[in-house]
Amino acid sequence: MHSWGYRLNAVATFSLTVLGVMCGMVSFSDNFNHPTPSADVRVLNINWFQRHPDGNDEVSMTMNITANLQSLFTWNTKQVFVFLAAEYETPMNSLNQVSLWDGIIPTKEHARFWIHTANKYRFIDQGSNLRGKDFNLTLHWHVMPKTGKMFADKIVMPGYHLLEDYR
Amino acid sequence: MIEFLLPAAVRPTETEQIGSAYLLSISLRMDWQGQKLSEQLMQIMLVAVAVAAYVTGFMIESFRIMMLIYAGGVVLITLITVPNWPLFNRHPLKWLEPSVAEEYSKEPPQQQATAASSGKKKSTKK
Repeated sequence: MHSWGYRLNAVATFSLTVLGVMCGMVSFSDNFNHPTPSADVRVLNINWFQRHPDGNDEVSMTMNITANLQSLFTWNTKQVFVFLAAEYETPMNSLNQVSLWDGIIPTKEHARFWIHTANKYRFIDQGSNLRGKDFNLTLHWHVMPKTGKMFADKIVMPGYHLLEDYR
Repeated sequence: MIEFLLPAAVRPTETEQIGSAYLLSISLRMDWQGQKLSEQLMQIMLVAVAVAAYVTGFMIESFRIMMLIYAGGVVLITLITVPNWPLFNRHPLKWLEPSVAEEYSKEPPQQQATAASSGKKKSTKK
């Protein structure tokens, strides 16, 4: 500590150590947030439903997605990545997940949204299993913090049903 | 000159002859109590600023405000504890008087004698 160089070094190292502890405590404070998000998806129309020449089923549908994810946002939230997946069971696989739509929510103000959209990504089954299939629409989200631990959770919405015939 | 930057205790009197290199070395030097004080000040103030920044940021739910408060605090603490302020030089070391120091550093008389004889030899060769 006898020269200004040593003192500057001491300030720099100690301040960074304190900063690290601070960031750890900020991340820890996220555990006290108990979010109560809500989501609802309505399938308004099956635009078309067909079988590819290679045997895979593909569906196009129009959906209405309503969600309120504002309670996910804390002072340590940078953004929330959210995606809607169709989940169903086939003889080959107990869980199939097909991402239909996704989005990045940058602020709390944008976390309460309503969107009317066709599926952004193609809903294709690996096989010909979609006719008359019951499926869940699941809204997954990943909370990306400014510092610390990342959280992920989902809302499962069951009770969706596909047509018995192609069209 | 830079003498006005020095604390009164180490400021040279007008009769003292002090070179600029010596002056520089004094202005960069901090006494022992000063070093301890500056280190303790630095640590206590950094922790205090961190706590204040965290509490403020948490209250108004702003990570940015927390970071700005902490960054401002670090700059302020750097300005307080890194330069060699007179505050840190209130306990200067008391050195021996130059005359006393010279007596202790005098060479033994034997060495002086051999040095003189070698000088004589050189002169005789010429």
